[in-house]
Amino acid sequence: MERITIDPITRLEGHGKIEILLDEDGNVANTYFQIPELRGFERFCVGRPVEEMPLLTNRICGVCPEAHHMAAAKAGDAVYGVDPPPTAKKLRELLYMGFYFTDHTTHFYALGGPDFVMGPDAPVAERNILGVIHKVGLEIGGKVIQARKYGHTIVEMLGGRKVHPCTSIPGGVTKGLNEEERQKIEDMGRWGIDFAQFSLQLFSDLVLGNQTYVDLILGDIYTHRTHYMGMVDENNHVNFYDGLVSVVDPDGKRLGKYAPHEYTDWVAERVEPWTYLKFPYLKKVGWKGFVDGNDSGVYMATPLSRLNAADGMATPLAQEHYEKFYETLGGKPVHQRLATHWARLIELLYSAERLVELATDPEITSPKFHTVPTKTPTEGVGIVEAPRGTLTHHYWTDERGLLTKVNLIVGTTNNYAPISMSINKAAKSLIKNGTVVNEGLLNMVEMAFRAYDPCFGCATHSLPGQMPLELTIRDADGNEVDVLRQFC
Amino acid sequence: MSDNGKPKFAMYWASSCGGCEIAVLNISEKILDVDAAFDVAFWPVAMDAKYKDVEAMPDKSITLTLFNGGIRNEENAYLAKLLRQKSVFLVAFGSCSSEGCIPGLANFSSGKDLFDTVYDTISTDNPEGIRPQYNWTTPEGLDIHIPVFSPTVRTLDQIVDVDYIMPGCPPESHQIAAVVELVIKALNGEAELPPKGSVIGAGGSTVCDDCPRERNIKKITKFVRIHQVENIDPDLCLLEQGILCNGPATRNGCGALCPQVNAACIGCYGPAADVADYGARMITALASVIDSRDPEEIESILDGIPDPGGSFYRFNLAHSLLHAAKSAWVGD
Repeated sequence: MERITIDPITRLEGHGKIEILLDEDGNVANTYFQIPELRGFERFCVGRPVEEMPLLTNRICGVCPEAHHMAAAKAGDAVYGVDPPPTAKKLRELLYMGFYFTDHTTHFYALGGPDFVMGPDAPVAERNILGVIHKVGLEIGGKVIQARKYGHTIVEMLGGRKVHPCTSIPGGVTKGLNEEERQKIEDMGRWGIDFAQFSLQLFSDLVLGNQTYVDLILGDIYTHRTHYMGMVDENNHVNFYDGLVSVVDPDGKRLGKYAPHEYTDWVAERVEPWTYLKFPYLKKVGWKGFVDGNDSGVYMATPLSRLNAADGMATPLAQEHYEKFYETLGGKPVHQRLATHWARLIELLYSAERLVELATDPEITSPKFHTVPTKTPTEGVGIVEAPRGTLTHHYWTDERGLLTKVNLIVGTTNNYAPISMSINKAAKSLIKNGTVVNEGLLNMVEMAFRAYDPCFGCATHSLPGQMPLELTIRDADGNEVDVLRQFC
Repeated sequence: MSDNGKPKFAMYWASSCGGCEIAVLNISEKILDVDAAFDVAFWPVAMDAKYKDVEAMPDKSITLTLFNGGIRNEENAYLAKLLRQKSVFLVAFGSCSSEGCIPGLANFSSGKDLFDTVYDTISTDNPEGIRPQYNWTTPEGLDIHIPVFSPTVRTLDQIVDVDYIMPGCPPESHQIAAVVELVIKALNGEAELPPKGSVIGAGGSTVCDDCPRERNIKKITKFVRIHQVENIDPDLCLLEQGILCNGPATRNGCGALCPQVNAACIGCYGPAADVADYGARMITALASVIDSRDPEEIESILDGIPDPGGSFYRFNLAHSLLHAAKSAWVGD
């Protein structure tokens, strides 16, 4: 038995590690994708006041603190049974759209995009954000930087800080929006709509116009027939901030929609002894192992999942692209993981359109942005769509609003099983009879990974957009036989 | 020094959220100055992260290492020691590495308690009570490992000698940019580095000094929780409105961002310059505003602070005089 170790693949709250075990014939016997870190927020948040949870749980992830901030605020509303004024909800959603705009831009241009813009087999040194800027031009590079900056500006304007916002509390927010700020956000949003459309055009020209890439997207290696999950509004359109969570099966049939407080009827988590992270799965379908299909409870929660789980987009331009997406890829649902990059750009456009909708809403500058909770706090669940998956915060408190129990199912965690399966499939496709396709394997494994934009890497939120990988082949005694490396 | 004559730079995340890295990336064009002045030797977010490449470097060959994240497990501790050995200047960067930050609140609990909670939640289906195993033999017969969990969260200076401390959760980008500029100047002989052990990238007083809110040194007769306040006065000191604000004990440097959006300072820049124990300073500050001499009344006023442990040691428990609850050390 031989082993291949990829360590580290950088982080989820730290690092990730892949062990590939080969059988006697040199074929892949199994793969283990390990998450080697735990911090224990579910324990040490106990005893804390519930209104602090949007601040404490920010620190779960410095890349998507806005998502935890929102889920915690909504769970806090639910604990107190308070319905924030419409303006408060809109202000939170506005902040959240600014965040999505920045986050999706970063992923496409710095992380996922380079594989397509530069090509999966471009020299490693060029397959990064700088390579992209070089190829598409400095002017566009400037636009990308501008897009990120606008998103951060909106987050800071409404959340008080660029990282770890601090304005959401049970019942609403602590700060409103004045006309001057509103106008700025509207202007940035309008610019954002143009930028998102430009990005979709770029994707269309560079990727869809290239048969090799289309074949790569549609190829079997990156395809898994799983269930999908995503939040929808009352019209079954994608929504990031509020609504019901829709679940569809691998045939695209909707199994149902659940309200936040019903999540335990739908989702369960499995513990494995070889990793710190748990594996969520659909409770009604059951855990059948790391396998595809209608009988397996494995589900995915990503931009692609959200599109698959919804009936459309709530804004007109994003809806046009939604229709084109399914026409081009052969109908719903789309199982090809690499199509997630396209889905993410459609969501980018939606976030910009939604920014403008909210910024031009007559209620957005209203001074009524907080309702003081009056009921005795008890228990509540808050769910939002984090960019990397459905994010659930569930709190129980005593009568003073101090936490007695906490349960969290975090964005990327939803995708732990599907990511593990993608790694397994990539390894099995590329390692045959002891033969390892060097660079190919590494980048192909990476690409399997990167489509999910895993926060194991917020990692992947790396400057060059390159996941540092090292793959060590060992014999049965653990001796190093060969080392393959991919540097940035 | 590298072959190209540039000093080497490293940045590492131990047990962290990634916010420090985002804060560094948010210095925007200044990042190009870092690239121009340094040879980036080790920075997992930006380049190859292999530990053994660091192990192979000569001692003291990295000029500047920014170390963020707390020491939560043995792998974090190993990297702390390794980077100390390889670095001339080791900076405890951000709240986690300098004082433990929010994850340091885990020091109120034992490791067993943390595991029992996380692997037995309402949504966890774990009838056999499975817990992660540091060493595990796969059905295929190979041993695989995950790092050993430490009894408590420790700060960088509790593991190794630290040259500078840069506070903040995360450090504000303008402070990072200023520090980068200073270090580059110092390397060119145009400026002097502060004495070893200094706090860098922050002010020398408290958040209150940077806060534009009016203070009238008024006394308060009760504490109120922020979500229970009908209308927060945008101009008056939050503490004087009865809202528990940690400004008086917290080091300045952020620009008092939170109070400016009607949110209390929660203490992310750590203890102010002359503060030996942050919690003790907060208690002193509160004692001076509570308007009562009647023990019973004082008691009832203090009931308005429902979580003193969390409020006074929110970011700094791991580095405080307390460090941890007894249960964290000896188990339950």
